[in-house]
Amino acid sequence: MNWENWSEFFAMGGYGFYVWGSYVVSFVCIVGEVMLVSKRRRTLQKQRGLIHEPTTKEIENETTP
Amino acid sequence: MLLWIIQRDLLLAMRRQSDVLTTLFFFIIVVSLFPLSVGPEMNMLRTMAPGIVWVAALLASMLSLGRMFSSDYLDGTLEQMLLSPHSLFLLVLGKALAHWLVTGVPLVLMAPILGIQYDLPADALFVLTASLLLGTPILSLIGAIGAALTLGLRGGGVLVSLLVLPLYIPVLIFGSGAVEASSAGLGYGAHFSLLGAFLLVAVAFSPWATASSLRISME
Amino acid sequence: MAINWFKYSSPATYYSLAGKLIPIFTVAAVLLAIAGLYIGFFVAPTDFQQGEAYRIIFIHVPAAWMSMFLYLVMAFWAAIGLAFNTRLSSMIATAIAPTGAMFTFLALWTGSLWGKPMWGTWWVWDARLTSELILLFLYIGFMSLQAAIDDPRRADKAGAVIALVGVVNIPIIYFSVNWWNTLHQGASVSLTQSPKMASTMLLGMIIMSLACWMYAIAMTLIRSRVIILERERHTAWVAELHEKEAA
Repeated sequence: MNWENWSEFFAMGGYGFYVWGSYVVSFVCIVGEVMLVSKRRRTLQKQRGLIHEPTTKEIENETTP
Repeated sequence: MLLWIIQRDLLLAMRRQSDVLTTLFFFIIVVSLFPLSVGPEMNMLRTMAPGIVWVAALLASMLSLGRMFSSDYLDGTLEQMLLSPHSLFLLVLGKALAHWLVTGVPLVLMAPILGIQYDLPADALFVLTASLLLGTPILSLIGAIGAALTLGLRGGGVLVSLLVLPLYIPVLIFGSGAVEASSAGLGYGAHFSLLGAFLLVAVAFSPWATASSLRISME
Repeated sequence: MAINWFKYSSPATYYSLAGKLIPIFTVAAVLLAIAGLYIGFFVAPTDFQQGEAYRIIFIHVPAAWMSMFLYLVMAFWAAIGLAFNTRLSSMIATAIAPTGAMFTFLALWTGSLWGKPMWGTWWVWDARLTSELILLFLYIGFMSLQAAIDDPRRADKAGAVIALVGVVNIPIIYFSVNWWNTLHQGASVSLTQSPKMASTMLLGMIIMSLACWMYAIAMTLIRSRVIILERERHTAWVAELHEKEAA
């Protein structure tokens, strides 16, 4: 085990900024990419939903005299 | 066949003098801008001259790529070309060479004069012009692929540069590198042989890729 | 038992197959990442020359490998899509591109962040960093070309052409950048890599590369499913798929 305590771990021998800078950005990119795709999927479903609804309403309007 | 299409394109280009001149003037203006921005200090300009001239030549030839197929595309002659029994490979090669003659050669002729602006010694001027002579056809050939792919797209002009610039980088490196190597006394032999190799590969493969891109775009 | 490969080439069956595979690859990616990071940070010794800064290698090198590897895989699927006219392979190529671009950006980001303590500047025109930057331009070219063309079939084929032209150019670019770099400032400081690496460092890097690979597969499967939904909107099986999900 290289680290005695957490603060030393985060200091990372003085290079903490660089090491954590790169890992945090990597994590952010991955999470960002996953969210982007799921957002794309949700907008797709929302569009599907919108197209579907009006047709049922129209049918109701027509039937009432 | 090849000569016919080159002759036809040259004829078309001559009718509209402005296209030829706009590319040339763009080249001249860009090259003359740098001393204004970087300062008149001579020996710095001398070291930067090859790079500046080459980048300007790259941009100038890329700007006129859009017009390579668009006029034929709009009035339908491109479709006739695709249907014609003649091999599309030759047709596209002809068009690329015509584009080179219209845009590349004027740059090559103008380069020595602009070189004087940068106080380049005589031998460096010669190497610069020779490297441009060898490099600009490659630019036109590779550019033809980009022009064919982005045919008829909105915002096609910017897109062509995005597609084609990464592919121009080896030509740029060895083109401007040749001049630096010769002025540093290392000799430009290696650079020119590589540029020649790129040219041969481009002549052999890029018309084939352009032809398939044209078929894709024209579907 | 002859595997009927073309069974999976129809988007509908591929959709369900991908659906089953995604959890497997995601779990594999997460587990491998945890193992890799644990080894990287807690098992691997401090480097005698670079101190702790070298630990960036555990994300930098896998990202660089993945960026190159994904471009080749993308070009492969694009070529298959162009040759066999199978829409699905082109969809997979389109699905790979963003993940590949992300890994290229990560490789550049971590590379320059690593370069700061080691070489003193954020950006060094080192041959590898430069060709990585050009690879990013190739990815962006591919994605923007596909985005600019509305008709999906033409976008796939046009993308395939530019991907194949790009793949042919990658060795040329790498060679010429290498030549150009050594000509200018002599061989720059190379990162302490492979020969003198302690086994745990190497192990950590290999595991992290596998984790990135699993992640890339899972991501591609997910995005290809979304692309299928987008492009097959008009088909019946997508319609009743939405009914099921909506219900």
